[in-house]
Amino acid sequence: MDWSALSVSLRLAIFTCLFLLPIGIWVGRRLATAQFRGKGLCEALVALPLVLPPTVLGFYLLQSFGREAPVGQLWMSLTGGGLTFTFSGILLASLVANLPFAIQPIQRAFENVPHNLREAAWCSGLSPWQTLLLIELPLVWPGILSATALTFAHTLGEFGVILMVGGAIDGETRTLAIAIYDRVQAFDEQGAAQMAALLLVVSFTTLGVVYGLAGRRRWARG
Amino acid sequence: MVKLTVEAQQAGPIPLNAEFSCLPGELLALVGPSGSGKTTLLRAIAGLYRPQHGRIECAGDTWLDTQRQQSLSPQRRRVGMVFQDYALFPHLTALANVQLPLRHLPTPLRRPKAEQWLETVRLKGLENRYPSELSGGQRQRVALARALARDPQVLLLDEPFSAVDQVTRRRLQRELARLRQQISIPIVLVTHDLEEAAALADQICVLHNGNSLQQAPPETLFRTPASPNVARLLDRNNVFDGQVVEVDGTRRLQWGRYALDVASGLEGLNVGERVAWYLPPSDIVLHRRDRPSQGERENPVAASVDEIIVLGGMTSVALRVPHGDMLRFDIATHAVRRNQLTPGVAVNVSLLAGGIHLMPGHGVDTAPDEKRNTP
Repeated sequence: MDWSALSVSLRLAIFTCLFLLPIGIWVGRRLATAQFRGKGLCEALVALPLVLPPTVLGFYLLQSFGREAPVGQLWMSLTGGGLTFTFSGILLASLVANLPFAIQPIQRAFENVPHNLREAAWCSGLSPWQTLLLIELPLVWPGILSATALTFAHTLGEFGVILMVGGAIDGETRTLAIAIYDRVQAFDEQGAAQMAALLLVVSFTTLGVVYGLAGRRRWARG
Repeated sequence: MVKLTVEAQQAGPIPLNAEFSCLPGELLALVGPSGSGKTTLLRAIAGLYRPQHGRIECAGDTWLDTQRQQSLSPQRRRVGMVFQDYALFPHLTALANVQLPLRHLPTPLRRPKAEQWLETVRLKGLENRYPSELSGGQRQRVALARALARDPQVLLLDEPFSAVDQVTRRRLQRELARLRQQISIPIVLVTHDLEEAAALADQICVLHNGNSLQQAPPETLFRTPASPNVARLLDRNNVFDGQVVEVDGTRRLQWGRYALDVASGLEGLNVGERVAWYLPPSDIVLHRRDRPSQGERENPVAASVDEIIVLGGMTSVALRVPHGDMLRFDIATHAVRRNQLTPGVAVNVSLLAGGIHLMPGHGVDTAPDEKRNTP
């Protein structure tokens, strides 16, 4: 069992969820409720990582993370370090690759909140912020849970993008999925099997817990 | 000035040219067909819709004045709004729904106040139910309690009885009438149900394509609609075309071969002028065939029965007069039997002079239903 790979995977998944959730809520709500020019384009961009081969996405990210590329330069000026083959680099790549998993379930959930509930809240004297906190978020909670579960599970299993951007540096960028590949390459089938089973259990448990929680709402039973 | 006054004008996308007012304690019904702008106007009062031009004042405060670029947000208007499908918060219990608008009160006071409101709408004991666990009528009452909990300066009801069955509707209407005695703020009710408007409202405002055509108490409106169009929107039949004539030095209304006596309204018109007129069905008196009826000598008209439609205890009767126009009225079904009214039978009726309402300046053409009856 490669414990350091497991640690990298878990850290990556937790940070990805933490950073993506506020973004998912903000963007998902905007896409669900606002009408603006270029909305279709935004939705297409959000969905792009779903259909793009991970190696293609990874290639472009690698290009833009380089020391001569704008993102790499910006990161360098902010932190003094590089993005390629670092944990920060794979985290940034993971944020991009998981955009659709974080945004789409939340967007669908916001779309299902009837607009007149917001209006009823305003007529009850609630400010837009109070409306978001007291009315909308409790109603879109299942969507947020789904987004978290999908993002978490998908990050644990992400392979192509991470390999392209991060390589397989032990304790820094080698995730569990990559470690499994390495073990198979080294004919260590038992090691690979252990880690694969662990990944399966963790993913299944995460999804199970989340969907179980989402179903336990008395008010939603009609 | 504590009343509510509303003025709204715009060319599109929803055309509006409306003006109405409502006194405290008064119930104003906005009636009109779908797309007449009723709900839009209600939303404009609540601050959920902003007309291009307009002015809304309530209880002395200006809520909207487009000339001065002034528009208060819904949060600052203190309106109690009951939405058409109630818009209850599904994740909150009945009590929590009613508590939400009470956030201006200190926390310990909110719960007892919300319980009090639920008791007022007769929902005591159902405080902990979620909306999905309540019947349609109970949901409507929670919505009403929530609207009133805001301590509003105006109560707005958007088709509040349309989503419940007939029996519940009657009961809720009675309860609204009862509740009105406890609150003294303007109430604006949007409805397409004329019977409901007539039963509940002190004032009715008739809307068509965003235009407010007439505002008056129901009995005034139903007896003296301002135009054939208003009469048609109020589902009034008996709108006809006549001509002012002079017979033996007296002004009369020529209708087919009859020169009708009219109690008032002819003085201001010129002889020869064409004028649309309306007669409430209650002012058509059917002559009994066995003995003389009261008022029999007033504008007697001979006609033949064209259509008899029995609707339970009441029967809708259509009579065709010799020149083709159709008189419609309802009488008790037993009276139809007693008079042996069947299609084709010749009958005599009196058109009471006091009921004839003239609508000068309007052609009868705006009432297509009546036109169709003319051969």
